[in-house]
Amino acid sequence: MSKPATKIIKEIKVDLSKCNGCRACEKACAAFHAIPRYSNFNPARSRIKVVIDERNDQWVPVRAGGYTQAECNGRNHYVIDGKEYSECALCPASCPSRDWFKEPDSGLPLKCDMCLDVPPLEEPMCVQMCGRDCLTYSEREVVVAEEETPEAENQIELKTAYECLVKKHGQKKVVDTFSRLSKR
Amino acid sequence: MRYGETGINLEVDLTVGNIERVETDPEVTRLHLGGNGAAASLIWDRVSPETDAFSPDNLLIFSAGLLDGTPIPAANRTMVNTISPQTNMFSNSIFGGYFGPELKHAGYDKIVLRGKAEDLVYLWIHNDKVELRDASHLKGMGAQETAHAIKDELNDRDVQVAAIGLAGENRLFMASIEHYNASAARGVGVVMGDKRLKAIAVRGTKDFQVASPETLFKLCLQHYQDIHESPFNGDLMAIEWNDAWHHNNFAWGNSRTRRKDFWHQEQEDRWKEYTLKIRDRLQGCYNCPKNCHLVVKPPGRQRYMLKCFGKGTWHMAAFEELPFTFDIMALSQEYGVDSYSAPQTIAFAIELYEAGILNDTDMPDFPEKSADRFYYLLEKLVRREDIGDVLANGVYRAARQIGNGAEAYDHNTIKKFEQIPLKLGKVNYPYYLMYCTSDKMAINQTEGSYPQDPIKELPERQGFVDEWMSAPERFKKFFMEWEPRTHPSFEAAINICDWNETMHYVDDALGLCAFCSSFRGQFGGGSAYNIYNIPTFIKLATGIDMDSDDVWQVARRNRNLVRAINMSRGLTRADEKPPADHWAKREPENEQKLLSEYYKFKGWTDQGVPTKLTLDKLGLDYVADELIKRGILKGDEDICYKDQSCYSEGRPKDAEVSFRKAENFTLTEYNIKNK
Repeated sequence: MSKPATKIIKEIKVDLSKCNGCRACEKACAAFHAIPRYSNFNPARSRIKVVIDERNDQWVPVRAGGYTQAECNGRNHYVIDGKEYSECALCPASCPSRDWFKEPDSGLPLKCDMCLDVPPLEEPMCVQMCGRDCLTYSEREVVVAEEETPEAENQIELKTAYECLVKKHGQKKVVDTFSRLSKR
Repeated sequence: MRYGETGINLEVDLTVGNIERVETDPEVTRLHLGGNGAAASLIWDRVSPETDAFSPDNLLIFSAGLLDGTPIPAANRTMVNTISPQTNMFSNSIFGGYFGPELKHAGYDKIVLRGKAEDLVYLWIHNDKVELRDASHLKGMGAQETAHAIKDELNDRDVQVAAIGLAGENRLFMASIEHYNASAARGVGVVMGDKRLKAIAVRGTKDFQVASPETLFKLCLQHYQDIHESPFNGDLMAIEWNDAWHHNNFAWGNSRTRRKDFWHQEQEDRWKEYTLKIRDRLQGCYNCPKNCHLVVKPPGRQRYMLKCFGKGTWHMAAFEELPFTFDIMALSQEYGVDSYSAPQTIAFAIELYEAGILNDTDMPDFPEKSADRFYYLLEKLVRREDIGDVLANGVYRAARQIGNGAEAYDHNTIKKFEQIPLKLGKVNYPYYLMYCTSDKMAINQTEGSYPQDPIKELPERQGFVDEWMSAPERFKKFFMEWEPRTHPSFEAAINICDWNETMHYVDDALGLCAFCSSFRGQFGGGSAYNIYNIPTFIKLATGIDMDSDDVWQVARRNRNLVRAINMSRGLTRADEKPPADHWAKREPENEQKLLSEYYKFKGWTDQGVPTKLTLDKLGLDYVADELIKRGILKGDEDICYKDQSCYSEGRPKDAEVSFRKAENFTLTEYNIKNK
């Protein structure tokens, strides 16, 4: 029997007890995602943010997740080890109720991409910077269904591309072009 | 906009509500680098020596350090400068936290405030939007309370606030400006209160550029990790349980009693247990991995952050224990009083009461217990109620106002300013010079690069010197020659004082934290920043090509400018002395000789005034002209500062920024071995 197909899930673990609120992760993130790379270090451009409420002993690094069109009603309060956290302090959304995770010039939402790069970084830049072990990186291998293997996903992408070309140029022209190009 | 800074100052006239964005001259950056240096130049230019500290013409300047907000770790200081009403001289104050970097991202290097508002206002800076807002609803609020009220009303938790509490509002001379985990002391809170400015709130989301971003970022990524792991950086007081050093050697009460056998194991364990019970975590400033702040929540009080020697000053002044400090600081930081000057002023009043100089008419219902007396007097003080109205002017003035022999109890001030409580045996030459001549008014803002004591064992000392890359070569020689319990030579003492204060001037221009630079070198010789690696950071951030000698020269220029400001405001050689009883055994003749030699070395007259030759060579000829016009200088003095290259004695130039590494270093062990 062949080995089941797997893929790597990248994860960042946040140990809230270890954050000292230095916000170096914000700078590292802004720098890595700047174009040209490292040309900017403005925390307002960061996809990670240390949410601070010092009166409640809260320093919470939050990574930007998805964009959401509407603000939530924010009515959840989480009590962890006797400390109350607002929903906002733990929420990764780029949402209309706050100015986080938005590119300051365009207002477009920002999202953490785990510092996707070629070749891949050993660890995302915020984790590399942290050094305090508040942020730690790990990879987890998970078994995936056959249609989720990279090969299967490639096939699906190719098929979609082919259908688009056919729709635009007609089947005959596409086939002719492919056969002409493949003779070269 | 230019590399490393925004090139814009925000000029605010509180009298008429005028707000202007003013472009600054890059030449000022080249000459002064920024921070307190550029602020001194503004004060020299715009605040005449006749201007009273309480005049609307006095400036209050908040400066982000030149390197603040860049990727450089621990560059986060905000300098606050003004003319202090307590000393009538240049006020040199610094605070950490997030304020400076936020200000730069808002698009400003400095906030220059003049005039006086009619009633309490706060300044709200949100990038290009700057407005003065009514603060009457914040009147009487605590400093942190104010910060949170402002964040709430602006509906933005990311706003950084610097505020005064009741102490500043009531113009206490020992009022501080409080921000997040940090405070600015020494004469600035009182001026902020006098200008009726309750707070400054700033939020910045703009970019600014550095000259070599990729190289700088990669260097800083490593430097950050190195600082994190280094036992030679950060505040050891925050993390060591044994603090026998301060408690057994510093003076308790009104800087009166040394309790050499105070510290013992049972008490250490008790304090440790209590601290762990109320401490939530350790915490740091912007872009710095060190844990110098305790987040504490004493029973019945709000949670707050505590730092530095404030952890010792209150209970030592009150002959109490550590829990007392934790408790009273929950009040004192909200009121916004300096934790050096305020406890001393209170201890001074208690002594006067015990001596019968103050009595129950002055202090009705004065409690019996020391702790209760502190709470009582703190409340009187911050409200300027009864005797509090007199004490609020600081020990020096209060003593003279009270009279009736009270002057004799003012035994720990220099230049009218309260000093850290220390009473020691034999005069120490470098410290004598630092106490006498420092225009920063506080020894901890002056000492710090050269160790306080020689390492006893010679091979160990040699090993230390061999890896002491932060020290110019001459200090290695001085250190090797230093016999324990003997004076260093005049030459060594002079150079030590000069190096120590120079590093502070460098930090206070650049915004580097003294716990990673100028102050920490004395404990282990491995501060993350030193005269040799700082030029590399300046170059990569600002593009300004300087070597160590150039940086030293800027510090010298800033130092002389501050000196000139103070001299033009009446500072004299006669004021340059340590508290009379600071050392039991003095050497009056040698001390005066040493002081004269030091003045000569600095390029100052025998009265301590920078000469025309000195000022001209520093590009401060306009300062010399003014001093001559005012009759403070003759102009023909044939004295110039002694310049000794950082690269002399074969020291190579290189761009290496790493610093001394070690697994372990504790103050406790170091002091036991070498004190």
